[in-house]
Amino acid sequence: MSPDIAYFAATLAKIVAIFLLSVHVVPIMVILERRISAWVQFRIGPNRVGPLGLFQPLADLVKFLGKEDFVPAQANKVLFWAAPALTCLPPFLVMTLIPFAPPFEVMGRELPAVIVDSSIGIILALALSSLTVYGIAIGGWSSNSKYSLLGGLRSSAQMISYELALGLSVLAVICVSGTLNLSDMITRQTAFFGFDDATGNWAGWNIFSQPVAFLVFLVASYAETNRLPFDLPEAESELVGGYHTEYSATKFSLFFMGEYIGMLGMACLIVILFLGGWHLPGVAALDLSPNVFALVGLLVFMAKVGFFLLLFIQVRWTLPRFRYDQLMQVGWKVLLPIALANILVTGFVVAWS
Amino acid sequence: MDALIDPTLLTRIAFYFFSALSIVAALFVVVHRNPIVSAVALVMTFLGVAGLYLTLGATFLTAVQILVYAGAIMVLFLFVIMLLNLEKDPFEEPHVPRLLGAGLAIALLFGLVAVLGGTVAVGTSIRSGSAEEIGKIFFGEYIFPFEMASLLLLVAMIGVIVVARRSDGKEAL
Repeated sequence: MSPDIAYFAATLAKIVAIFLLSVHVVPIMVILERRISAWVQFRIGPNRVGPLGLFQPLADLVKFLGKEDFVPAQANKVLFWAAPALTCLPPFLVMTLIPFAPPFEVMGRELPAVIVDSSIGIILALALSSLTVYGIAIGGWSSNSKYSLLGGLRSSAQMISYELALGLSVLAVICVSGTLNLSDMITRQTAFFGFDDATGNWAGWNIFSQPVAFLVFLVASYAETNRLPFDLPEAESELVGGYHTEYSATKFSLFFMGEYIGMLGMACLIVILFLGGWHLPGVAALDLSPNVFALVGLLVFMAKVGFFLLLFIQVRWTLPRFRYDQLMQVGWKVLLPIALANILVTGFVVAWS
Repeated sequence: MDALIDPTLLTRIAFYFFSALSIVAALFVVVHRNPIVSAVALVMTFLGVAGLYLTLGATFLTAVQILVYAGAIMVLFLFVIMLLNLEKDPFEEPHVPRLLGAGLAIALLFGLVAVLGGTVAVGTSIRSGSAEEIGKIFFGEYIFPFEMASLLLLVAMIGVIVVARRSDGKEAL
């Protein structure tokens, strides 16, 4: 398709929409996280600013922007400034690959609800999310503080280790769906549970055909986003704040934003890979017009992503933190062999059937 | 359809952008005194090269370039450099091995220009860079070199484990 004005306008609109969506998820997640953590721990939590404390994120924002922007005297200035941006950028790029809904129909033309509908979307998503580690490692090193450096190093080692399990679990899903395109992956999970009548291939949600890969991916995604029980890089009791100990104000909030948008991206990938994306049993049978169907699909997708975001929070306030050697043990000696065995079994089954 | 911008023009702009990025970043790798900055600049070089692959239409190669080189190998480089914490450049004055290396690099550059200068750009003649095509080439036509390369990597991996293992049989930290 030759790039004409309508194409440019549509792409620009999509970029703005997905950027705004991603940015607004962050304050919502922060207030949810603080309220839910309070609820889990029998505390009250922030309830002063506005009704039910709902305006707390605004107060947080003012605080973040108003605080002194501190740079340590011995820090490497350029890298110290670059690190928060480097942490924040890859998760945003991953969001451009996510198909949120079935294609809309605008003025007689099909408008896919994804910015980059790449033929190798899943590989690009993994490649881009693997770049997050630079921001954290560089931020830790450039602060010129031992706590920050150790936090950054821990994070690099952790992310490399769990990336393998993450990628291998995805490989098994690719074997089943036979495509690397994220939109195609969703359209091949049309049925809730069952096979395609015409081809005899699996057409249900991948969580049923690949339960092992689902569990490995879920666990590894917690480690990839540095969330509890794998938030060793910022273990307060040992490393103060980890890689962002020396950061303050807006730069600190950028690290936060990167973490939360990374979670959003991971939740989207889980939904696409394992839970049929925008599909919900019964919706296809209603025979809706394309735009209504797309809108319903968008809501279904959002609901599923929301579930996994809440699960991220729930797990954080339920499980204790792993010790560092336990973390490496789990990554290399448990998740990796399981993922490898899963690929082997999947490969045999796919080749045999 | 009324083309707002000529697509070949976009490709050309992207080509010059990524070329400039790779070359400037590569210069930083060599010139900068701080090894961490050099490592980060090398990552930028890899990203620039990935962008060049993209202008050739080799999307799969782009993703693998980012995933393997920028995402995995350079993280390990950065990791090692940070742990060693090389602050001071031990070679303040130019000395013989250094000049020899520079001379060899320049000779190599001239040789490459002489060899590659006459070739035609492959942009149109390249086979489609999709994952399927590359998989078929790897596991069909080039299956033997492919398996040999993986064997080589396996040997290197086992070698590293043997070298790094403690001789008294205790588990390393």
